[in-house]
Amino acid sequence: MSSAVNEFIRSFFLVELLKGLRLTGRNLFKRKVTIQYPEEKAPQSPRFRGLHALRRYPNGEERCIACKLCEAVCPALAITIESEPREDGQRRTTRYDIDLFKCIYCGFCEESCPVDSIVETRIHEYHMEARGENIITKQALLAIGDKYEQQLARDRAMDAPYR
Amino acid sequence: MNAKVDNATDTVTIEVDGVEIQARKGAMLIEATDNADIHVPRFCYHRKLSIAANCRMCLVDVEKAPKPLPACATPVADGMKVRTRSERALKAQKGVMEFLLINHPLDCPICDQGGECELQDLAMGYGRGVSRFSERKRVVRDENLGPLIATEMTRCIHCTRCVRFLDEVAGQPELGGMGRGEHMTISTYVERGVSSEMSGNIIDLCPVGALTSKPFRFSARAWEMLSHPAVSPHDCTGSNLQIHHLNGRVKRVVPREQEEINECWIADRDRFSYQGLYSGDRLTAPMVKRDGEWHEVDWETALGEAAECLRNTVREHGPDALGALISPSATVEEMYLLGRLVRGLGSRNIDARIRTGDFSDQIARPPFPASGLPLADIDRLDTVLVFGGNPRNDHPIINHRLRKATLNGARIHFVDPCSHDINYPVAGQYPTHPDDMVALLAAVAESLLEGDDAGFPDGLRELIGETPAGGLAGKLAAALAESDNPAILLGPMVEAHPRGAVLRSIAQIIARKARARVAILTDGANTAGAWLAGAVPHREAGGGAVDRPGLDARAMMEQPLRAYLLHALEPEQDCWDAAAARAALEQADSVVVMTTFLGEGMQRYADVLLPVGGFGETSGSFVSVEGRWQSFPGVAPPQGQGRPAWKVLRVLGNLLEVDGFDYHASDEITDEVRGLCGELQVQTEQPWQVPEYLRTQGQGLVRAGTAGIYAGDPLVRRAEALQATPLAREPDVIIGPGLARELELQDGSVAEVRQGDVAARAVVGIREGVAEGVVWMPSGSAAAAGLGPLIGPVTLTRA
Repeated sequence: MSSAVNEFIRSFFLVELLKGLRLTGRNLFKRKVTIQYPEEKAPQSPRFRGLHALRRYPNGEERCIACKLCEAVCPALAITIESEPREDGQRRTTRYDIDLFKCIYCGFCEESCPVDSIVETRIHEYHMEARGENIITKQALLAIGDKYEQQLARDRAMDAPYR
Repeated sequence: MNAKVDNATDTVTIEVDGVEIQARKGAMLIEATDNADIHVPRFCYHRKLSIAANCRMCLVDVEKAPKPLPACATPVADGMKVRTRSERALKAQKGVMEFLLINHPLDCPICDQGGECELQDLAMGYGRGVSRFSERKRVVRDENLGPLIATEMTRCIHCTRCVRFLDEVAGQPELGGMGRGEHMTISTYVERGVSSEMSGNIIDLCPVGALTSKPFRFSARAWEMLSHPAVSPHDCTGSNLQIHHLNGRVKRVVPREQEEINECWIADRDRFSYQGLYSGDRLTAPMVKRDGEWHEVDWETALGEAAECLRNTVREHGPDALGALISPSATVEEMYLLGRLVRGLGSRNIDARIRTGDFSDQIARPPFPASGLPLADIDRLDTVLVFGGNPRNDHPIINHRLRKATLNGARIHFVDPCSHDINYPVAGQYPTHPDDMVALLAAVAESLLEGDDAGFPDGLRELIGETPAGGLAGKLAAALAESDNPAILLGPMVEAHPRGAVLRSIAQIIARKARARVAILTDGANTAGAWLAGAVPHREAGGGAVDRPGLDARAMMEQPLRAYLLHALEPEQDCWDAAAARAALEQADSVVVMTTFLGEGMQRYADVLLPVGGFGETSGSFVSVEGRWQSFPGVAPPQGQGRPAWKVLRVLGNLLEVDGFDYHASDEITDEVRGLCGELQVQTEQPWQVPEYLRTQGQGLVRAGTAGIYAGDPLVRRAEALQATPLAREPDVIIGPGLARELELQDGSVAEVRQGDVAARAVVGIREGVAEGVVWMPSGSAAAAGLGPLIGPVTLTRA
């Protein structure tokens, strides 16, 4: 008998609704966590593994020495390198392609690189519009590196004590 | 050697790491451990080289020895107890490694040896994680060792394997260690580079990245390439190779160990000729000529047109108006199919002996031109007559073995129109005019037959005439007769000689009398295969005689035919009489050429060009001069639209409706030919034939010369790095100082060489040791292209 009364009072006074509204009310005045993507961005770690780039030394010389360790370590076989002696006799790549469809963004290439040349940037928003654009060439990779060099250098410096 | 090991009294028992092993008495510890598969680290030790014991990496702990001893320089003794992994041994090895790494740069990622470096490998096991050496490392200036070998001398760890190789094996001590201690460097004595024909082996020997291959430099890593076996496409020894290839391109060629042929060495020609595959004039698409213009067409059109050309010739002029020439370096399969195709069309004219001058004994010759002595036996000969050839050029591996024989005390005599730069002490070089070669050899035979009138063959005495060589014949005869283990090597000059038949049969008489073995060293990789596969006009596949032999290679050019089918040769450079070849091909109604490269001449005379695969691009087999069948796979697809030649021939056979051209794989063809040949019998005997004509002393100068070392076939002629070596840049023509004075020519001046109607301008070199009246001019050079016979009259004038 009493349970039926209780049931009646609870549903008559909308207790459960108010309970729910209390949670809503509480969060109404709390600090918001939602961000307005793409106007706002979530914070990223300096170790973020996004789009690849090839870096240069401050004097403009490309870092990559065509040792092919990244190609060897890549578990997805996404990297293709061809190399030959450059005019000045140095070991350099003539081709450095990364297939972004194959890449699994594991970061092994970055880890294997003895000269910090191939890196993964913080860029994660990119798209392709035509067949074949998934393969980024050496020139494109170097251009990305040039554009984000300051950020890349800062990130590497921040991570250096832990490597 | 082996017999000694089997003999129990000549072995000792030692204990290594607690395991008892047997070792040859007098062997070094490292030899014993290697045989027992116990690994001892080493850099300077190499089983084919002398012991230097200068890297100290192989230090091991020997019981009762006060200090660790180098395993490579410690002879085994009965009851010796050795520990290779004890604390003391490891400590010593790690210490040595630390010292080695003091001056060795730690930039493996840019080193071409990275990934296949002995120092890198051992540093993983014996090196410290972090270097304690904080001082400056030394830097050494690089050496210029020529176009084949790249150097980074800072990486050198002074194992002196390269020095010892050039000194002991190549016979050209061109590198040496200068200075001591930290100032020691390996360098050329006189800044001359390295010019040995086997120099590439120091690339393999170098345990670090100090010496690397220049043509291969930085183009691939050891771990990414695939490796497949191959056989030398340049000489009849059949050196075993290994092709390293990546993404369908041959990246480099290295030796495959074969103790009975090439041991662990190969000639530079085999190592670097692959570069020719990627020369600019590769034929990449089938082409046909219409109204004097070349058009690229698809395979169907080109093959249709080729079949039409051949069919028309047979229909209009009869089958004998068709002739086929094939390179002696083509595979057995290609030769067999081409032979069947030509015979299927009714013609009998097919030949691979493009540089042969005399065919008159072809019926009497053994099933295939062979070496009556296994190559490995050359080391043990004590007297050798090398007649008509320069083994250093023609067969570097045989030359290497002759050198080993010399070091064991053998005396080697050379008879050739020109004396050569031989890299070991020779008993004598006797420059002999080609016309006198027959007389000389006959005189040697006569000396040996002295007092044996019954065994005297008819006509031999008449051949001798008045021997100009004087006592030479007697001397050679005595040398051969007195020897316990003599041999006669007949080189390519005998094959090219216009009276080669007589030379070969006299050699047989000498061999019988002196109990010498005869080796007939042919040019091309597969002349033996040509005889067995029916690519000769007088034998069908399997070696059976043909009723009516067709025209041989020389006759095909001297009696022009209506149509020619060529495979893998450039007649204006490869044929015995290039001038006749050019004339014959230019007058022909149709010429179908299967070729890897677009030669200059063929653009003029050919009507259909079919691109076929070259070295490494086709599967097949070669038969070596020892009668060794060696099959190999195709490892890279032919460039462009090229196809393996056996497939092209198969389709041509089908189009021309010749029966039995339905093969699916080249192995089926191999099995078929091998079935026809049965077990190969190496024979060198041939019966004496009374010579048809006697001595002909021509008037005037005579040209003589076989193919140059890097000029013997289309592939090697296109290998850029080899062409830049000093060996390839010899003068076009070499004459003696007497003739030079007479003609008022200086060393390096340009002269006009004329053979018949054809003339060419050539650079002249003046050397001692050219027989009188001889103009030495090897074939295959640009200057010699299109000139007349390899051995024939010539005039030389100042240009």
